[in-house]
Amino acid sequence: MRREIRFRLNGEAVSAQVAPHETLVELLHGGFGLYGARESCGQGLCGCCTVLVDGRAVSGCLYLASLVEGAEVSTVEGGKELDAVQQAFIEASGFQCGFCTPGFVLMTRQLLDEIPDPSEEDIKHYLSGNLCRCGAYPQIIEAVKLAARKRSRA
Amino acid sequence: MKRATQSTETPQVGRSVPRLESWLKVTGRAEYVHNLRLPGMLYGKIFRSSVAHGRIKRIDVSAAQALGGVHRVVTGEDVRKLVAEPYYGPAFHDQPVLALDKVRYVGEPVAVVLASDPHVAEEAAHLIVAEYEELPAVYDEVEAMSSKAIVHDTLKPAGTFPDLKHLKGRTNTNVALDFHLRRGDVQKAFAAGHRIFEHSFRTQQVMHTPLEPLVSVAESTESSLTLHTASQSPSFVRSEVARLLAWPENRIRVRVPYLGGGFGAKLYIKLEALVAVLTLLTRRPVKISLTMEEQFFTITKHASTFRIKSAVAPDGHVVARECEVWWNGGAYADIGPRITQKSGFTAAGPYDIDNVLIDSYALYTNLPPAGALRGFGIQQLVWAYESHTDMMARALGADPVEFRRRNLLRDGRPQATGTVMRDAALEKVLDRVCVLLDWSKPFDRGAGSVRRGRGIAIGFKACVSPTTSVAAVNVNADGSCTVYCSTTDMGQGSDTAMAQIAGEVLNRATESVSVVHSDTGVTPYDMATLGSRSLFHMGNAVKLAAEDARRKLDQLKSELGLSAEAEIGEIFKKKYGMQAGNVLGTGSYVPTYKSPDQNGLTDNATPFWMVGGSGVELEVDTQTGRVRITRLVNVADVGTPINPKIVETQLSGASIMQLGFTLFEKMQFDASGQLRNASLAEYKIPGFLDIPEAIINEAVVAEQKTGPFGAKGVGETGTFSVSPAIANAIEDAVGVRLTSLPMTPEAVYMKLQESK
Repeated sequence: MRREIRFRLNGEAVSAQVAPHETLVELLHGGFGLYGARESCGQGLCGCCTVLVDGRAVSGCLYLASLVEGAEVSTVEGGKELDAVQQAFIEASGFQCGFCTPGFVLMTRQLLDEIPDPSEEDIKHYLSGNLCRCGAYPQIIEAVKLAARKRSRA
Repeated sequence: MKRATQSTETPQVGRSVPRLESWLKVTGRAEYVHNLRLPGMLYGKIFRSSVAHGRIKRIDVSAAQALGGVHRVVTGEDVRKLVAEPYYGPAFHDQPVLALDKVRYVGEPVAVVLASDPHVAEEAAHLIVAEYEELPAVYDEVEAMSSKAIVHDTLKPAGTFPDLKHLKGRTNTNVALDFHLRRGDVQKAFAAGHRIFEHSFRTQQVMHTPLEPLVSVAESTESSLTLHTASQSPSFVRSEVARLLAWPENRIRVRVPYLGGGFGAKLYIKLEALVAVLTLLTRRPVKISLTMEEQFFTITKHASTFRIKSAVAPDGHVVARECEVWWNGGAYADIGPRITQKSGFTAAGPYDIDNVLIDSYALYTNLPPAGALRGFGIQQLVWAYESHTDMMARALGADPVEFRRRNLLRDGRPQATGTVMRDAALEKVLDRVCVLLDWSKPFDRGAGSVRRGRGIAIGFKACVSPTTSVAAVNVNADGSCTVYCSTTDMGQGSDTAMAQIAGEVLNRATESVSVVHSDTGVTPYDMATLGSRSLFHMGNAVKLAAEDARRKLDQLKSELGLSAEAEIGEIFKKKYGMQAGNVLGTGSYVPTYKSPDQNGLTDNATPFWMVGGSGVELEVDTQTGRVRITRLVNVADVGTPINPKIVETQLSGASIMQLGFTLFEKMQFDASGQLRNASLAEYKIPGFLDIPEAIINEAVVAEQKTGPFGAKGVGETGTFSVSPAIANAIEDAVGVRLTSLPMTPEAVYMKLQESK
C-alpha cells in the first residue's frame, strides 16, 4: 500500500514511503521528526498545522502526504537564522503558549510576500484562518507590522 | 546575551524581558508532550458512552479485539483487576479510570483500544458495542437540587478538605458541597423599608479548548512509572497516581515540558491515571492524545444560576445582600467544590455591605464534568453582581460609577467573610477604567439602526488558600544558576518570571538563568499552576531559595577570606582548588490561612486579593442584534509587575478569551444530553475578526507587600469584568438587559423585539 514519493523539504531533496491515508503532518512527524506543524482542531480551521507547499499555505492535518510528490515543502523549521518575521514575533510578544506560533509565522511570511506593507485590516483578514487561544492577536498585529518594517529595511 | 557567569547590577525585576523560550517557540522546536514518541509505544483510542445516565449491561469488545493490529482492548473491569478502587479526584474520589457499573454523561470513557498504529486503534474503537439500561438524567443545576435522578449513589469526599467531611456516605443527593455565609442580619435589613432589588442571572457551559489538546504518555518498568503529561499539576498527578496504585511517590516520576495552553483544563487527573494503568497492564509505553472534539467530553467550565437580592438605603448605600448560587458541576466533582467555597467568599462583590447571606451549591448533573477555567468561578459571580449593580443604579437614577464608588470596599475594611482588605486597589482600578474610557466626557450615542453605549464593571477574587510551593536554586561552580520548580509554563511566562526573581537576588541577567521544567524526580513539590497563584507562591519560594543560596555564598566568602565583591566563580575555585562543587539554596512558601467557621466567616481568607475592572464602548446594530466592540479597557491591580510586557499580554489575552465566553461560545446539548457542537467548526472561539478595534490594558501603580518584589498573580484578572461591562453597555446603547450568557446577536435581537 505504501509508495515512495520524492520532494524537497526545507530546501533539501528527500524521499519517503507513504500510505494513501497519511497526512502531511503525520509524515513530517513520523518521517522527519519535524513537529512545528501540529494537529489541533483536525478540521483545517485553526492553522496550527500550516505548511507551505510550493509557497502556498495548506492545512497539513488534512493535506495528504502523497500530494507533495515533486513539490517544495517548507516548514517553520527551515532556515538556520531567525528571519525578520520570527524576530518580530519575539520582540512584539506575538505568542504565549507557542502552539499556534509556527502557523502564524508561515502565514505572515506568505502575507508579506504578497503585501509587503499590509494595513491592519489586511493583517486581520489574511490571518483570520489562524486561531490563538491565548488571545495574542493584538501583539501578533504589532509583530506583523514590525516584520514588514524589518523586511523593508533589509 | 550576558555571560551567565558574570554578575550584573542591572535590576532584573520590572524589565520586559522577552520569554526565555522565545527562540524555541518561533522555530517550532519547543517541547510538548504532543511531540513525544517512545520505542514500542502503543496509541490508545477511547470508546465513549452514548447515553447520559445508565447502567452498563454489556460491553462487547470482541470485534475490536479481532481487528488486525489491535494489541489489546481494556475496560473498567480490567482496570479493577489492577486497582481495587479505581476512583480519583481532588475533592471527591468519584471518577472512575474507565466507567464502572454506570455511565454518567455522554462521552464518558468506557473502554480503550491499544494499537501501534493510531488509525487502527481508532477503527477498532468504532467496533466496540455497549448496552446500557438507561436511567433518568438531570442536566440543569437548579433542578439537580430536587431531582429524583441521582448522579452518584453515595458521595465519596476525598477526605483532604475539612468542609467536605460531613458529606461522606451521603445518599440521595446531588449536592457535592453547600457553602453558607452569614454576616449581620439580612432579614432585618430587608424588612427595614429600603428599596429592594432582586435579579437572576445565568451562565452557560463552555470549554477551555487549549490548542494543544490533552495528551499523556506513560512508560513503566517492574518498579517504576514515568508519566510525560501536559499537566498543570505534576505534584498532584504523582500523589494521586501513587494513591491509586498504593505505591510510594518516589517510584512515580511526572515530567511536564511546555504546555500548548492550559487555562485550567490540564489540572488534577485527566488522562494520567488511565495511561498509568494501561502501561502497567501492557508493559509498553502508552500515549493517548485527545482530539479537539474529545476535549469537550473531558473538562469544561461550570454553567451557573445566580439569584441576587439587595437592599439599598435612601443615601445610596447597599445595606444587605442575599446571594444564592448553583454551580453545574457535571458528572464528576473535579475541583467544583473548591470553586463553590472559594468563589462563595466573594459572591457579594467588592462592596462594603454590613449584612450578607450567601448560599452556594455544587451540583452533580449528567453533563461533562466542570472544573477550573481561568477564574475559579469568579466570572460567573462578577457577571451577576456587576449586572445587578448597574440595574440598581439605573433604577435609582444614579451614575453607575458613583453608585459603585459609594459602596466600594476600602483598604482596611472587612469583606463579607470578615477578612480585612489589604493591598487591593479597588478604587484606583475603578478610577483608571473611567479615565481610560473618558467616562466624564460627552459620548456619541450613534444614530439610526446603529446605537452606541458604554459600560463598566469591577470584580475581585480571593486567591485559593492555603497552598504550598517549594523551590530550589542551584549555583554552579562557574557562577551560573539554575532554578528548579514545578510550576508549569503554559504560556503565561512563569519560566521568565522565576528567572527574573532568581536573577534579581543573585545579580544574574535573567537571560542567563536556566529553569528546569517540572519533573517530580528532580523539581520540588508545588500544589499546582492554577488560580493565578504561581507568581505569588512560587515566586516567593524562588526568592527564598535564591536568598538562601546567596547567604551560603556570602558565608563561604567570609570563611575563605574573599572580599564581598568576589565573583561567585572565585569562591568555588578557592574552596575546591578547581571549578567544582555547587551551592543549593532552597525555599518553601505557604501562606497563613484560617478555615471559615460555621457561618462562613474567617479573618484570613486569602493571601492576596486580585482586582480587575473593564470598560467597554460598543455599537449595537438594532436590525441584526450584532454587537461590535469598539473599545475595551482592562485595568488591574497586579501589585508591582515583574515583567510589564508579559503582564500586559496576560490582561489582553484573558479579556479576549472572556469575549468569546461573553458573546458566542456555548456548549449546546439536546434533550438527551448529547453535545451538538463539539468541534471548532461549530463551537467558535475568538479569532482576528472578533477582537475589539482598540484594547487598552493597564496595571495600576500598586504593591502587594507580601508578594515577591511587590508582585502578585495576573493570569485570570483580565477575565473578571468583561461580560457585565458588555451587558451594561448594551443596555446603555439600546435599553435592553440581557441576563444570560452568551449575548449572541439572536439573543440581543430577541430582547429588542420583546421591548417593542
